[in-house]
Amino acid sequence: MTFSIGLTVNGVRREVALDDPRVTLLDLLRERLDLTGTKKGCDRGQCGACTVLVDGRRVNSCMALAVSLDGADIVTIEGLARGDALHPVQAAFIAHDGLQCGFCTPGQIMSAVGLIDEGQAGCDPERIREGMSGNLCRCGAYAGITEAVLDATQSLAATNQRRSA
Amino acid sequence: MKNFDYVRPATIAAAVEAAAAPGAAYLASGTNLLDLMKGNIARPDRLVDITRLPGLDRIEHLPDGSLRIGALVRNADLAHDADFARSYPAVAEALLSGASAQLRNAATVGGNLLQRTRCGYFYDPASACNKRAPGSGCDARGGENRLHAVLGWSEACIATHPSDFCVPLTALDAVVEIEGRNGRREIALEALHRLPGDAPEHDSVLESGDLIVALRLPANASRFAGHARYLKVRERTSYAFAIVSAAANLRIEQGAIVEARLALGGVAAKPWRARSAETTLVGATPGPTAFRRAAEAALSDAKPSGDNLFKIELARRILVRALTLAAAGTPARIPALPASPFSAVAGALQNA
Repeated sequence: MTFSIGLTVNGVRREVALDDPRVTLLDLLRERLDLTGTKKGCDRGQCGACTVLVDGRRVNSCMALAVSLDGADIVTIEGLARGDALHPVQAAFIAHDGLQCGFCTPGQIMSAVGLIDEGQAGCDPERIREGMSGNLCRCGAYAGITEAVLDATQSLAATNQRRSA
Repeated sequence: MKNFDYVRPATIAAAVEAAAAPGAAYLASGTNLLDLMKGNIARPDRLVDITRLPGLDRIEHLPDGSLRIGALVRNADLAHDADFARSYPAVAEALLSGASAQLRNAATVGGNLLQRTRCGYFYDPASACNKRAPGSGCDARGGENRLHAVLGWSEACIATHPSDFCVPLTALDAVVEIEGRNGRREIALEALHRLPGDAPEHDSVLESGDLIVALRLPANASRFAGHARYLKVRERTSYAFAIVSAAANLRIEQGAIVEARLALGGVAAKPWRARSAETTLVGATPGPTAFRRAAEAALSDAKPSGDNLFKIELARRILVRALTLAAAGTPARIPALPASPFSAVAGALQNA
């Protein structure tokens, strides 16, 4: 049986025919839509490498069946930059050395974008660390990651303030 | 993962009918079910996707003063609902101490109630497990069992229920609304989960086709809001299941406890209401003597199921600590590390 679903991925409407209901959102992105920026780490919802935004909320794409997300709006790491202009969270990860090998980085960045948008952590490093605890980094770049998220939180808040002024 | 039929019914009645067939399972967010399916522990023939069912994603104040939470409300949305967190702070704190932000954004209220144990032998198809394969035995009994049950366990199964959310809910007399083949019924959350006995394959009293549609907190459950905490010991600071946890809800008037609602997590196959401990607190002056007496009562029936004698004393101390924090008053904001014993608070029992 084939399932036809529609998704908006990084602003582009995609119609997808699924020949198998077992396909996760992660496998759909990587294997069928060639968006390999989203990484497969544990594939069991434990490491956060596969984090993407679904309808604006960060989730583990490995733990979601694509067929169940018919109609959803998906943003992946490929959808953050505007041309050559990096998203403020991407720029902050580079500025603060929030990575070493880079494998977990797309998930870290998508999780940070979600975290900042949730607005619960603010500029409290302890709340940022707790809010990012669903993203593991085997290189241990946590100190830089926390600084990057703090910095991006502040720069995004400043941008929003300028826009609303 | 075994293949399955996928159906997405439009009404609750159609969902119940579709799920009443042998081998069918409900799919909400799938954060636990998909994990079990990837490990070949759950092998449903049919998934009944309930995510589009109408009316199950609302938080409603009912005319009788109770709060009704739809089964599809996401864990994060409930925990961050300011009115909910103000009225039921221990429940919000428990929610935020569970899983990760990504999982809380996806996982639903109904799914949290029905998540399966995290016993490592249940998760390993090569091991004997009476819960996964009835009659096969229990490799946990002679295996790695320091995190297993100390209350209500049986020779057949020593697994624990992993939910944080369910612990304060049980203390506050939450009620579960169920739609089944014979219509709507409701039961106390405390009666939803089963102790293993000789049939550990049945986690709950639900029958085939039964769908949890909502959870209700009774009208006066918010009367504990001023003295309500959840405390949870984990093997790492964040993103881990409880070794033991405790929910403490107190009502204090003129320096004396007039009412207490207590429950423990991580100690049994169900969230463990500690009624005898509640009784010992009525009329008592909040303090170490009364709290230790309550903790002794709460764990009076406990016995180790393996290398986990330590959990009994740990549970007593965590209950004392949760009571101490609850008596001090609910903080204005949930701590940066929700429910963590490592949160920066003053007090002699910091190293419980």
